[in-house]
Amino acid sequence: MSMTITEKILSKSSGKNKVEPGENIWLDVDVLMTHDVCGPPTIEIWKREFGNDAKIWDKDKLVIFPDHYIFTKNPQANRNVEILRKFASEYEIDNYYDVGTERYKGVCHIALAEEGYDLPGTVLFGTDSHTCTSGAFGMFSTGVGNTDAAFILGTGKIWEKVPESIKFTFDGEMPAYLTAKDLILQVLGKITTDGATYRALEFDGDAVFSLSIDERMTLTNMAIEAGAMNGIIAADAVTEAYVKERTNKPYEIFNSDADANYKSQYRFDVSKMEPHVAKPHSPDNLDTVRNVQGTKLTKCYIGSCTGGKLSDFISAAKIIFGNKVKVPTFIVPASTWVAKQMEVETISGVSLTQIFENAGCVVAQSSCAACLGGPMDTIGRATDGESIISTTNRNFPGRMGSKKAAVYLASPLTVAASALTGAITDPRDYL
Amino acid sequence: MEKIIKGKAFVLGDNIDTDQIIPAEHLVYSLSDPEESKKYGHYALSGVPLSQAGLPGGGLTFINGDEHTSEYSFLIGGANFGCGSSREHAPFALQVAGVKAVIAESYARIFYRNSVDGGFILPFETSVKLNDQVKTGDELELDVNSNVLKNLSSGKTCNLRPLGDILPIIEAGDIFKYARLSGMIV
Repeated sequence: MSMTITEKILSKSSGKNKVEPGENIWLDVDVLMTHDVCGPPTIEIWKREFGNDAKIWDKDKLVIFPDHYIFTKNPQANRNVEILRKFASEYEIDNYYDVGTERYKGVCHIALAEEGYDLPGTVLFGTDSHTCTSGAFGMFSTGVGNTDAAFILGTGKIWEKVPESIKFTFDGEMPAYLTAKDLILQVLGKITTDGATYRALEFDGDAVFSLSIDERMTLTNMAIEAGAMNGIIAADAVTEAYVKERTNKPYEIFNSDADANYKSQYRFDVSKMEPHVAKPHSPDNLDTVRNVQGTKLTKCYIGSCTGGKLSDFISAAKIIFGNKVKVPTFIVPASTWVAKQMEVETISGVSLTQIFENAGCVVAQSSCAACLGGPMDTIGRATDGESIISTTNRNFPGRMGSKKAAVYLASPLTVAASALTGAITDPRDYL
Repeated sequence: MEKIIKGKAFVLGDNIDTDQIIPAEHLVYSLSDPEESKKYGHYALSGVPLSQAGLPGGGLTFINGDEHTSEYSFLIGGANFGCGSSREHAPFALQVAGVKAVIAESYARIFYRNSVDGGFILPFETSVKLNDQVKTGDELELDVNSNVLKNLSSGKTCNLRPLGDILPIIEAGDIFKYARLSGMIV
């Protein structure tokens, strides 16, 4: 009866004693999350299929964060936010976080954690591939399209194929020049962008449990970059403390059995690792920072659900403090909470925001911004011929706005060091 | 559902991600407005780098001028087709452009689910690499019942992997029609 953590959560959600990889099962969904890009078509499909008197299966379990195309003049993008606003008002959706109000949060995956929707042992679906981020809380979370989301909206249920699990164990003590981003880039280099298709990526080991929730979310966030259905880290005392600070909702902690079955297992010693990048044009195009050191840059970008959390800006500020950036550098806090904390957190009495502004960085408003290119007036968007280093999650051709731009993915430490020289730079030169 | 599909092939490489299928800047258009949704067809595959469009020499056009439909009914891909974001706009854009089926070695999970559950295109898998056997412009014939793909231009045939458990969803049309037929929803 031994099971992995993913299998245990899926068993519970499907009302079965045991599930096995490859089995198609129907799940009871605890939370459905959507945003401004996929929310409007989801609502349209739901109305088309369930009729004008369509009912939401449980409106307290629906969470809507406008976050993708927020600060733009694009009329169709603004129309999409208007559709969400009307829907939330008509159906009295309490968990709607409108733009231009105090309630606006920013990037959905980070806001889900901050607002207490990420709960150990639960099942969360979202209309966004990076929904796997929530797995950092010892829960099952994955992305779906509009049709599946509309089905959930009306029924609270969805089918899923139980995934095989792949386990990555990270041992040893994290060196000061390394972040979770360096770890996940190496996972991708090892198993490539389809190495975990339809599988669960489970992260384990002392090094993982030494990480903050922010850093754990960097690992699970990029599980989808290996094609994984979900990424997952069992909940521990750090998780419980984070959750209890934000909500009193119930949760249940699951752990993999010692003799659970894995498709494959990998083990790394983090104390021997060095900073890495993913070179253009794929997140699995791994290399060490040393090997590409000196590559000229036109832009640096620190932001997104992957690399725009408070811990990412604390890391970057350590290097940028007291220096000036050599190329345009964009600082995009994932959420409004992160933006507020950047005013509160200080180094030698100077706030993070002030450190970045003093260095000549552009500090933007919270949203997904240029991580996925977006409308033409999106801040930080890539243009033809650019060479960019970024803390975001994808560098497929055109991802940041131009298929003629070269994008390197790296940790906030590496991006910060590179901003100071205008060329790719190893953070160890500054630490 | 058509059981025999005939048409021309457009050939692509590995890891065709959703930004190549429909770049993110175009995700603002309505998917239900009959006129506006044509934009998805017009911009389908516009994110594919020119050098890789229609392989092997590249530079081939999927959508001509200001049209929104393509002369190609089949996409022949490699491994990990549809990786990247969850945008259902991707299989939708291919459907608007007139694509009936994609034949690739493997698919990213969300793209695959979206294709099937939304009833947009048929995602067939092949255990052999087809994108170096089929050329853009080749005339193909797909028999959905027997899972056989014939290349009428080269005379070669290829057995595709059966659709298995998801065939009833495809035959019903989409996940909603399937759920009604099976009594899951009314």
